[in-house]
Amino acid sequence: MLRVAARLGPRLGHRLLSAAATQAVPAPNQQPEVFCNQIFINNEWHDAVSRKTFPTVNPSTGEVICQVAEGDKALETLDNGKPYVISYLVDLDMVLKCLRYYAGWADKYHGKTIPIDGDFFSYTRHEPVGVCGQIIPWNFPLLMQAWKLGPALATGNVVVMKVAEQTPLTALYVANLIKEAGFPPGVVNIVPGFGPTAGAAVASHEGVDKVAFTGSTETGRLIQVAAGNSNLKRVTLELGGKSPNIIMSDADMDWAVEQAHFALFFNQGQCCCAGSRTFVQEDIYDEFVERSVARAKSRVVGNPFDSKTEQGPQVDETQFKKILGYINSGKQEGAKLLCGGGVAADRGYFIQPTVFGDVQDGMTIAKEEIFGPVMQILKFKTVEEVVGRANNSTYGLAAAVFTKDLDKANYLSQALQAGTVWVNCYDVFGAQSPFGGYKMSGSGRELGEYSLQAYTEVKTVTVKVPQKNS
Amino acid sequence: MATTNGAVENGQPDRKPPALPRPIRNLEVKFTKIFINNEWHESKSGKKFATYNPSTLEKICEVEEGDKPDVDKAVEAAQAAFQRGSPWRRLDALSRGRLLHQLADLVERDRATLAALETMDTGKPFLHAFFIDLEGCIRTLRYFAGWADKIQGKTIPTDDNVVCFTRHEPIGVCGAITPWNFPLLMLVWKMAPALCCGNTMVLKPAEQTPLTALYLGSLIKEVGFPPGVVNIVPGFGPTVGAAISSHPQINKIAFTGSTEVGKLVKEAASRSNLKRVTLELGGKNPCIVCADADLDLAVECAHQGVFFNQGQCCTAASRVFVEEQVYAEFVRRSVEYARKRPVGDPFDVKTEQGPQIDQKQFDKILELIESGKKEGAKLECGGSAVEDRGLFIKPTVFSEVTDNMRIAKEEIFGPVQPILKFKSIEEVIKRANSTDYGLTAAVFTKNLDKALKLASALESGTVWINCYNALYAQAPFGGFKMSGNGRELGEYALAEYTEVKTVTIKLGDKNP
Repeated sequence: MLRVAARLGPRLGHRLLSAAATQAVPAPNQQPEVFCNQIFINNEWHDAVSRKTFPTVNPSTGEVICQVAEGDKALETLDNGKPYVISYLVDLDMVLKCLRYYAGWADKYHGKTIPIDGDFFSYTRHEPVGVCGQIIPWNFPLLMQAWKLGPALATGNVVVMKVAEQTPLTALYVANLIKEAGFPPGVVNIVPGFGPTAGAAVASHEGVDKVAFTGSTETGRLIQVAAGNSNLKRVTLELGGKSPNIIMSDADMDWAVEQAHFALFFNQGQCCCAGSRTFVQEDIYDEFVERSVARAKSRVVGNPFDSKTEQGPQVDETQFKKILGYINSGKQEGAKLLCGGGVAADRGYFIQPTVFGDVQDGMTIAKEEIFGPVMQILKFKTVEEVVGRANNSTYGLAAAVFTKDLDKANYLSQALQAGTVWVNCYDVFGAQSPFGGYKMSGSGRELGEYSLQAYTEVKTVTVKVPQKNS
Repeated sequence: MATTNGAVENGQPDRKPPALPRPIRNLEVKFTKIFINNEWHESKSGKKFATYNPSTLEKICEVEEGDKPDVDKAVEAAQAAFQRGSPWRRLDALSRGRLLHQLADLVERDRATLAALETMDTGKPFLHAFFIDLEGCIRTLRYFAGWADKIQGKTIPTDDNVVCFTRHEPIGVCGAITPWNFPLLMLVWKMAPALCCGNTMVLKPAEQTPLTALYLGSLIKEVGFPPGVVNIVPGFGPTVGAAISSHPQINKIAFTGSTEVGKLVKEAASRSNLKRVTLELGGKNPCIVCADADLDLAVECAHQGVFFNQGQCCTAASRVFVEEQVYAEFVRRSVEYARKRPVGDPFDVKTEQGPQIDQKQFDKILELIESGKKEGAKLECGGSAVEDRGLFIKPTVFSEVTDNMRIAKEEIFGPVQPILKFKSIEEVIKRANSTDYGLTAAVFTKNLDKALKLASALESGTVWINCYNALYAQAPFGGFKMSGNGRELGEYALAEYTEVKTVTIKLGDKNP
C-alpha cells in the first residue's frame, strides 16, 4: 500500500532498496517482449477498424517501444517511467488488494425491505447500471484500471474501457488475464486510443449507461458535457487537485519533512492528490524549508529499472514542457528557487527535484496543478488563516495536517474542504476507504463501499398485499 | 490458453459435469488429540474416548477426552492470542480475510478426505457430504473472508460540540459447541464469522463426531493462523460443554443442538459471567401445501425436506399440512417416493439414506413411531428398523395425523413424515404457529397473495416459498421462539461476533 511507502520516508529508499537487494522483489526484465497490442473485445483481439496503430514511447529514452504490444511485470515501468521497485511493491500490491476487496462485495451489496405506509410490501433491488464506459489515466495505469473494474464488475456491470494513449500496455495484458480467468465474452472490453476520438466516443455514446473518468479537470468538463448532451448517462469524475499540506509548529519535524517530501515528489509528482501547497507555520518555517531542500537535493533521479532510483522521468514530452513552463513562471513571478529548476538528463523527460520557498497564494505555481516534481512552500500564522487559504481553491481533492494536538487535528479535519484529510500521514490509501473530490476535483467516490453506489441502479418494488402486519 | 480453471468453473465452453469423487473408504485418521496453540496435546486426565462408525458399528479410533483443565488451558491460549498488540490483533482486516480464503483453499484441496471422514463418523451418504456439507463449508468460509475488511462502524451526528463514532470490535474469546448432524458445516458457520470479526475461539465438537473438526485444526495450523486463535477440545457435554458455557473468561458462546441443552447453556452462561449467547436449536417445522401448488414440486420438496440427512436436520419438514382438496393425492405420491428411497451403505453412490447416528437416537425414533401407531395415525409405509442389526430405519410415512399426537408435537429427528390435513389458510396459520418452536416453514402455492400472507404470518426465522432447505451463506438463518436466539450466516451474523464501542470526543472551543 502507499501507506507502506509513506511510512518509509528516507527509509522509503532504504527499505525498498533493501527489499530489492535481498531479492524480495524479482529482477526486472528491462526489455520485455510486447505482444498484446490490439483492441480487446468479447475476449478476442482485433485490429482497429481503421487499421491504425499508434506508437507508445519509453519516457526514459524518448524512443518508441512499439506500435502498441504485450509484456510482463516490467511493462508498467517501461510505459510510464515509474521506478520498477515501486511499481512492484506499491502499485501491484494495491491492485491485488483492490481486486480482492471488491471480490468480497459481490454478494453483499444488499437492497432493503422497507416499512412503507399502507397495505404494501416494498423493497429495493440493487441492479447493475449496465454498460459502463471507463476512461483511465497514465499516472497509475494498472491501479486506476483496478479501481474502476473492481466496483463495476462486483455489481454486475459490463465495461468498455479506454486506456490512456501514453500507457496502454499493462491494461491490455490484464485483458488477457480477464479472458483466462473466465469472465464471459463481452463483460470487459478494452480500447486503446486517444481522447478526442475514443474517449469522446465513449462519453457521448447512446448505448453507454454510465461513464467514469479519471484525468484532468479540463477534460472532465468535456466528459460531463458530452454525457449531458447525449443520453444523460451517469457520470463520476476523479480530477485534479492542488492539495494543501498543513504543518503546524508542534508537528514532529523529521516526520513532517519526510512526509511532505513524499507527498509532493511521489510518482514523479504525477499524483492527482499531490501535496502541492505546503503551508508551514511561521515558527518552524525556516528550519522546515532548509530540511526540505536538503531532502530534495538528495532525491535520486535516474533509470527507473535501477533499484536505487527514487524518481524516474515524466511521462511524455507534453508534460515535460508544461512543467518546465511552470518552473519558469515561478521564477518570473518572484518565488525563491531553492534547488533544482531544470532538466536532469540529456535524453528522456527527467526533471530535477525543485523547491520554491516564499510562495504567495496569487502565484501561478500556487494555484495551478503542475503535475511534476516542483514543491511550493508557503508561510502562515494562525489556524483560521490557513483554513481560509487552503480552502481558497476550486479544487478539493485531498489535504493533510501535521500536529500532535487533538483539538487542532479535529478542527482542521472538519474545516478543510477536501475529500480526504490525512492527519500525520500522506497518501495513505486502502481499498476499504473512499477517495474522491470536493468541488472541481471531481464528483462521486471511488474505493470502499461508497463506490458501489455509482455502479448500481436502485429499483423499488412495491407489491400490494391483502393485509400488512409489522 | 494454458489454464482454464476459471473458465470451466464459470460455465464456459467445457460444460461437462464434474467427475464424481471417489470415496476413500478406509481412511487413516491422523488427528485425534486436543488442539491448543496450533499444537496437539493429550488430555490432562489421560482419558480417551472412542468414536464409532454408525454404518458398521465399529470403532473408528480413540480421541483424547478433554475436561475442565483442558478447557482452561485452551482459554488461556485464546486469551493470549487476543491480547492488544498480539499478531492476531495487529493483523489488517484484509489479511484476516485472506487467511480465511486460504483455509477455504485447503478445505477444497482436502475435500474428498474431509467428506470421507464425515461419512465414516456420521453415516451420511458420501456424495451428500462431498457436494452439500463440504460445498457449504467452502462457500461460507469464502463469504465471510470477504466481510473481514467491510465491518464498518459509523460516525454519528449527535447533539453538542463533539465528534462521535463507533468502533466494531471483536468480542474476545468465543466458545462454540457444535452438533453431530452436520459436524464440519455447523463448525464453519461459527468459525467463519467469529474469525472474520477478529475473535479467538475455543471449540467443542460433538462427542459422536469429533474427527472433521480436528482435521480442520491441522488446516488452520497449515494456513498459518497465529497460535491460540483457534483451539479445539473434544469431549462430552457435561464436562467440556459445561466448562465452556460457564467459563468466566469466555466472552461469548454459540451453541447448536437440542432445545433442552440450549437452555442449560444459556443458564450457565448467565450464571457465570453473562457471556453473550447465540443458540440454534430444534424445530417442528410446518410445510404447508396449498391446493393450487405444483404438486410434484411440493411432494419432492416435502420428501427431501423431511428425509434428508436421515431426518436429522433442525430444518426437517416434520409437519406436512396439506389442503384437503389435494390431500389424498399428496399422500399417495409421498408414499411412492418414500418407498423408493434407497437406504444403505453411505459410501455407495446410489444411497440416499444412511444409518441414524447412534443407538440412543435410533431407540427414540422407534419409540415415537410406536406412539404414532398407538395414538391412531395411519402408517402408510415403513414404521420399523430395516433389519434386526444396525441403526437403519425404513423411511416412514404417517397420514391422518392430528395436532395433539406426539409425532405432531415432538421433534423426531428421524426418517418419519407426519402428514396432516387443513381446510383454510387462517386455520393452518394458527396450527402452524401453535408450537414453541419457530425455526423454518415452507409454503407451496402459485398464488401471490397467499405466498406473501403466509410469509408474513408464519412465526419462523426462515420461510421458504416453493422450495426447501434453500440455505445460502448470504442469507441469515435462525429461530423464532424456542428454536433459538440470534442469527447465523449473512451480514446479520457479524452482529453476534462484534462488540460496539461508542467513542465521543469533545471538540475544542473554536468551532469552524
